[in-house]
Amino acid sequence: MKRTVLAALAALIIGGVAQADTIKIGVIGPFSGPFALQGKNFKAGIDAYMVLNGSNVGDDDIEIIYRDVPQPDPAQSKALAQELVVKEGVQYLAGFYFTPDAMAVTPLLEQANVPLVIMNAATSAIVTKSPLAVRTSFTLWQTSTPIAKVAKDAGVSKVISVVSDYGPGVDAENAFKKGFEAVGGEVVEAIRMPLATNDFSPIMQRVKDSGAEGLFAFLPSGPTTLGFVKAFNENGLKDAGIKFFAPGDLTQESDLPALGEAALGIQTTFHYAVSHDSPENKAFVEAAGKAIGNPAELSFPSVGAYDGMHVIYKMIAATGGEQDAQKAVDAVKGLSWTSPRGPVSIDPESRHITQNIYLREVAKAEDGSYYNKEIATFEKQGDPGLAALK
Amino acid sequence: MQTVFSIAVDALAYGMVLFVISIGLSVTMGLMRVVNLAHGAFAMIGGYIASYAARDLGLGYGFAVLLAVFGTIVIAVPIERLLYRRIYGAPELTQVLMTIGITFCIIGIANYAFGPTLKTVPLPLALQGSVDLGFRSIATHRIFAIACGLAVAAALWYLIEKTAFGVKLRAAVDNAAMAAALGVRTEIVYAVSFAVAVGLAALGGVVGAELLPVEPYYALRYMVTFLVVVSVGGAGSIPGALAACLVLGGIDTAGRYLVPEFGEFFFYLAVIAIVCVFPRGLAGRAGQ
Repeated sequence: MKRTVLAALAALIIGGVAQADTIKIGVIGPFSGPFALQGKNFKAGIDAYMVLNGSNVGDDDIEIIYRDVPQPDPAQSKALAQELVVKEGVQYLAGFYFTPDAMAVTPLLEQANVPLVIMNAATSAIVTKSPLAVRTSFTLWQTSTPIAKVAKDAGVSKVISVVSDYGPGVDAENAFKKGFEAVGGEVVEAIRMPLATNDFSPIMQRVKDSGAEGLFAFLPSGPTTLGFVKAFNENGLKDAGIKFFAPGDLTQESDLPALGEAALGIQTTFHYAVSHDSPENKAFVEAAGKAIGNPAELSFPSVGAYDGMHVIYKMIAATGGEQDAQKAVDAVKGLSWTSPRGPVSIDPESRHITQNIYLREVAKAEDGSYYNKEIATFEKQGDPGLAALK
Repeated sequence: MQTVFSIAVDALAYGMVLFVISIGLSVTMGLMRVVNLAHGAFAMIGGYIASYAARDLGLGYGFAVLLAVFGTIVIAVPIERLLYRRIYGAPELTQVLMTIGITFCIIGIANYAFGPTLKTVPLPLALQGSVDLGFRSIATHRIFAIACGLAVAAALWYLIEKTAFGVKLRAAVDNAAMAAALGVRTEIVYAVSFAVAVGLAALGGVVGAELLPVEPYYALRYMVTFLVVVSVGGAGSIPGALAACLVLGGIDTAGRYLVPEFGEFFFYLAVIAIVCVFPRGLAGRAGQ
């Protein structure tokens, strides 16, 4: 009896896979809590892709299953990934806003036979943890290295670096230091401040006292960037002619209405600006803006998610809907396409996205709103962080 | 020497912002004996109202502040009548559960109504920019925050220590049954003090918005800071709260200037030390 039941169960499972005409993709991200806006951007990017490219690949329908990890929580992320694979039978895992959450999932991939497409988490090391991990976002090394050259070209040779004290902050600090020293600049002081800092006035005083001509800063997108930028202006650093450089997290589009006048003229380097001028981006912004409801809330995670979906669609097409993680990943190695952010490709060796990094300046549009205006392009940037790991 | 002055100025400004927001909590916790974790949520409501009034309706800053204070009181009074009244005198755990629940509801509503992005309260021209103090410059709105803090401290002290209402409040707090027997309408006294506390929270939310920007998770993000200030100062004591804000603001600011890599280590070290030496806070009354 027991054997019959088992056999029946086995037949059911095998039969289920063979006839599968719905392919499930599990997306893990922060959909509630303080980072819900970033999760909302994931959703908007995915919805936009499915509106523009259809919700099926060949004969297979695509179904997205969302799971919520409100704050960095590796244990929760791993448990949800397991649940998605075992109970929901997803063939692809995607999303992941925070590095620890993505790291926690990498050990599962091979056994589960599931590729991982990272739509945001930006620490270089993640893609080295599993040969089945592909990333369509950016790394802090990738976005922070070009700004070093920008600073030098602006005639600044002494810079003080101020970053939030956690993984990506340390990455940004190292990337800038390496890039800046390579072009002959000097980082006179490197300050790491706690993530929970509210009052930046004392930090600005230190920047002033350090005698640096420029400030390199990294803080995660969100409420604290406002206080930081305001403190920079109010403590007279802007008037003293100290130049402000940062990766684009500091001036993400959804924070700009609040930053407003205070951020005017800040130069950042980043992989994507909502204002990017291309037909692909126009179509994307229109579709994603509709998906998110309020277009002013659109920011960089949406484009990571959009391109992540592109990669997954290519994987599904290459495997004909069969579950074969290695074949799927191999199929997208070297894949190149035109993303809303510009020309991009998946580096065959690192499985990280190679892309243009843009120098942008916060500017005021004719209608009085603020936007990141692209003023220069660094073409085909890989991830220098991977070289630094070795 | 210049560094010392510089730190002192920042510490004073930061401490005063903390004071304006936390003093209302000190009133509810010390005088009304309610552990009101939703205090930050009321500060946030004030911030949202001011932001809406000043940015979307284009009203003046002063008017926006008034609207924020009274608007928050109008929202809070029904909450007091329906929910808080049930937990006066209840065990602290019940109060904590009730008020944290209220906090989450307010966060959800704020998120739904105003969206997850930052909201700013535009400053009037007079408060923009910075003032040169000779050895450094300081943002004008910080001077305004310091002035607000001092004004609030003086007004509250006068209200509680020198007026008939203050006498009734202190009587109701020390022995509600006896005060009621003597003809004090304790429920009205409580309602009014609750309104005052909430109004102060809203004022703090608006005045402090430059330092602690308004967004839906405001209510949770700074909850610990507010509670620490109140417990270090001694719940219910105005001079105590003032002293706590200045001491903690000073330690936090100095730590951040001199050794930023230690983070909030010195802040919490100071908290532990003060609570060890003064278990009731700097100016806590014995026998509470």
